[in-house]
Amino acid sequence: MQGIGKSFGGVRALHDVHLELLPGEVHILAGENGAGKSTLIKILAGVHRDYDGRIELDGRPVRFASPQDAAARGIAVIHQELSLIPSMSVADNIFLGRETVWTGALPWVMRRRQRRRAQQILDQLGLNVDAESTVERLPISLQQMIEIAKALAAEVRILVMDEPTSALTEPEVERLFALIAELKRRGVAIVYISHKMEEIHRIADRLTVLRDGRFVGTAPAAELPPPRLVQWMVGREIGEQFPRHTPHPGPVLLRVEELTLDDPHGLPLPVVDRVGFELRAGEIVGLGGLQGSGASDLLWGLFGARGRPRAGRIELHGRPYTPRSPGHAIRRGLALLTNDRKTTGLVLGMSITHNITLASLPRLSPGGWLRERRERAAAARLRERFDIRAADLDLEVQSLSGGNQQKVALAKWLEAGPRVLLLDEPTRGVDVGAKQEIYRLMDAWSAEGYAILLITSEMPELLALSDRILVLHRGRVTACFQRGEATQERVLRAAMGGTGEDAA
Amino acid sequence: MARSTDAAGANGRSRMLRWLGYPHVRALLALVLVFCLGLYFNADGAFFRWATHRDMLRHSSVYGILACGMTLVIITAGIDLSVGSVLGFIAVAFSILSIHHGWSPWLAIPACLAIGALLGAVSGALIAAFGIQPFIATLAMMVFARGLAKFVSHGMKVSNYVQTPEGYVALDMPAIHGLIDQRILNGNLAVVTLIFLACLLISHVVLARLRWGRYLYAIGGNEEAARLSGVPVARMKLLAYGLAGFFSAVAGICQAAQEYQGDPEAGATYELKAIAIVVIGGTSLMGGRGGILLTLIGTLTIGYMEKILSINAAGEASRLMLTGAIIVAAVLLQRIRRR
Ligand SMILES: Nc1ncnc2c1ncn2[C@@H]1O[C@H](COP(=O)(O)OP(=O)(O)OP(=O)(O)O)[C@@H](O)[C@H]1O
Ligand SMILES: [Mg+2]
Repeated sequence: MQGIGKSFGGVRALHDVHLELLPGEVHILAGENGAGKSTLIKILAGVHRDYDGRIELDGRPVRFASPQDAAARGIAVIHQELSLIPSMSVADNIFLGRETVWTGALPWVMRRRQRRRAQQILDQLGLNVDAESTVERLPISLQQMIEIAKALAAEVRILVMDEPTSALTEPEVERLFALIAELKRRGVAIVYISHKMEEIHRIADRLTVLRDGRFVGTAPAAELPPPRLVQWMVGREIGEQFPRHTPHPGPVLLRVEELTLDDPHGLPLPVVDRVGFELRAGEIVGLGGLQGSGASDLLWGLFGARGRPRAGRIELHGRPYTPRSPGHAIRRGLALLTNDRKTTGLVLGMSITHNITLASLPRLSPGGWLRERRERAAAARLRERFDIRAADLDLEVQSLSGGNQQKVALAKWLEAGPRVLLLDEPTRGVDVGAKQEIYRLMDAWSAEGYAILLITSEMPELLALSDRILVLHRGRVTACFQRGEATQERVLRAAMGGTGEDAA
Repeated sequence: MARSTDAAGANGRSRMLRWLGYPHVRALLALVLVFCLGLYFNADGAFFRWATHRDMLRHSSVYGILACGMTLVIITAGIDLSVGSVLGFIAVAFSILSIHHGWSPWLAIPACLAIGALLGAVSGALIAAFGIQPFIATLAMMVFARGLAKFVSHGMKVSNYVQTPEGYVALDMPAIHGLIDQRILNGNLAVVTLIFLACLLISHVVLARLRWGRYLYAIGGNEEAARLSGVPVARMKLLAYGLAGFFSAVAGICQAAQEYQGDPEAGATYELKAIAIVVIGGTSLMGGRGGILLTLIGTLTIGYMEKILSINAAGEASRLMLTGAIIVAAVLLQRIRRR
């Protein structure tokens, strides 16, 4: 791809960008939130058709008319936002748009054959999923893997993955990397977008960096160690990644005893089983656990998003608290940042301002009358604080880059003025600079006496930020570590159901 | 309202296209095109007479009132199929109360409005509390309210002629009917049009000035995210459908007053016209987008379309077919922005 440019309305998103892919290489596309990475690959995938510059495939110029056209030429893309059809089966999703048909004239779908082929692909990926199950019933991490399976069902020559691991757990990431190695051997060129430094340096062959829609450079991985890469991305050097966290424990804000929550899908086993812990003001408690550990369910339960719990006692600010509804929880000073901004976090079609103020309207609109001026002021303040990159706060949230959307979601909860923050993957899809900013904010909040319950699938983040770590396995607490006691191995062992004690 | 992505996405080279990114501009464009049709097919100058426009406004008002409530509901990504039947039931109930029982309008009107709101709230409760799909819940209410109208009227029109053992007698017609039916300002402005304007104002305040309105948009945009942001989703749905019922009652009273009787069949298929108005205005059936100003423009578009067909003496058959075609054309026009 050469001299690629693209603008949305008056806003220039890409400016003279180059990208060169070799067979069998893993090419990392790096850059801050809103740098234009997703836009670039959407051009490659035939999603955006009006752009400047040209694309060559095997030395011949091409111009894709549609995503199908690009797919037919062997370009498969796993977009940042999942694009599966929730109500259809896994197999149907995998073959969507290129069903195995009897003859071209009579599009009779050969379901049996298709299902068998789908199951093969799933098994190859080591996924324990029935090809017949409905997509919406699967956890997001599995949906993400199915998105990958979908790309692999076609003959791929170029596979693009836009932040594929943001919803994956550690073992799934390993499986994905094994798969990438296999594809490399087959000569597939892989474009990989990620904000996770460890990942980048594990799999990169070459890197291309974008900044503010401009091409910064392409270099082999060996020539671009992490500090230099960050400098290329941000345009300046940034210091220590994790702030020096100083614990400021205050009085107990939240005490949970014997909390048991029912399965939201009506399965008999509780998703959270007799869990108890204390959370002090000024404390950050990390929740570790694999997929299905119940950590997210615990946050939803505390927030009242699943109605009343089956059993347990909760004290908030020293007063008894029974989760009832999100509105009630917000009034009691809780905030829940969910782990999926698209489906549960943001109203994508509403403006940035209105999303930011959505949870604080009772305060911002006294007497029920909206005060646009106040809302704008609040939004402008938070844009400043989170460095939200948007041309205009009246733009719809869906026009923002993924990372900036995440910042809007965080800003919404900060505006609601909570005392206890329940954060599920707060740095998902956020770039290094912004991540650091969020870490700093979390540290500042805890210094101000907020209490934070944190879930993150990034182990270094969990270890560095938490004052204490509770590890869950199938809804039960299997270990509790003080800061310093926890190591990656011990947390993982506890997450798999062990006790967290070192084996003798 | 948030500017749409496409507004920003329209090509910078063309200012025209940029303008088309705004839903109001697109809605106005459809109105202007229909208006131009009128200029061409002017039925020997009938279109240039003020009376034509005056009558159009008066005739469209009842539909417009229904469309106000429909807008609120559609913005939550719902639909209300019962507005026509509720109109019919209220027309009958209002006539019985005011003509037969001689209730003062000060009593009859609030009672009817309350009943309308209650019927709407029942649909809302079915949707919010039991998770029944809006289409189904309000379809049931549509059938139920029509049954109710026939039940209380014994299937006959309710007028001031009543049958007694001595034969037909004519009761006094209460003044309220004439009051609502009249035109003021030398016959240039119908009272029902004023009522329509009041309904527009109420729904505009709800949607654009009150917190409730923001909540309605949020629910239509992403119900789960709204719920998790503390939006009282069930209460807001009750509000939206309750208001839709309320506006149906307003329309029912107007209809009864204009006809000087309560017809249990009144308002049949009006729900479709109300939906057409909302959609032609540009409020999205997917929810979360749109507004009351769009509905005003939509009301005028549909109103002119029908007026043009009627002054050209188009027969019922061709009128229906043309209406269908024009709705499709107008909605397609709204999609120019996709280019
Ligand atoms: N449909 C659109 N309309 C208007 N602006 C857009 C649109 N899509 C993207 N943009 C803008 O283009 C810029 C680049 O966005 P892009 O999604 O490519 O960023 P990114 O590098 O993928 O960021 P992230 O790491 O946060 O995902 C952003 O400023 C974004 O706001
Ligand atoms: Mg992106």
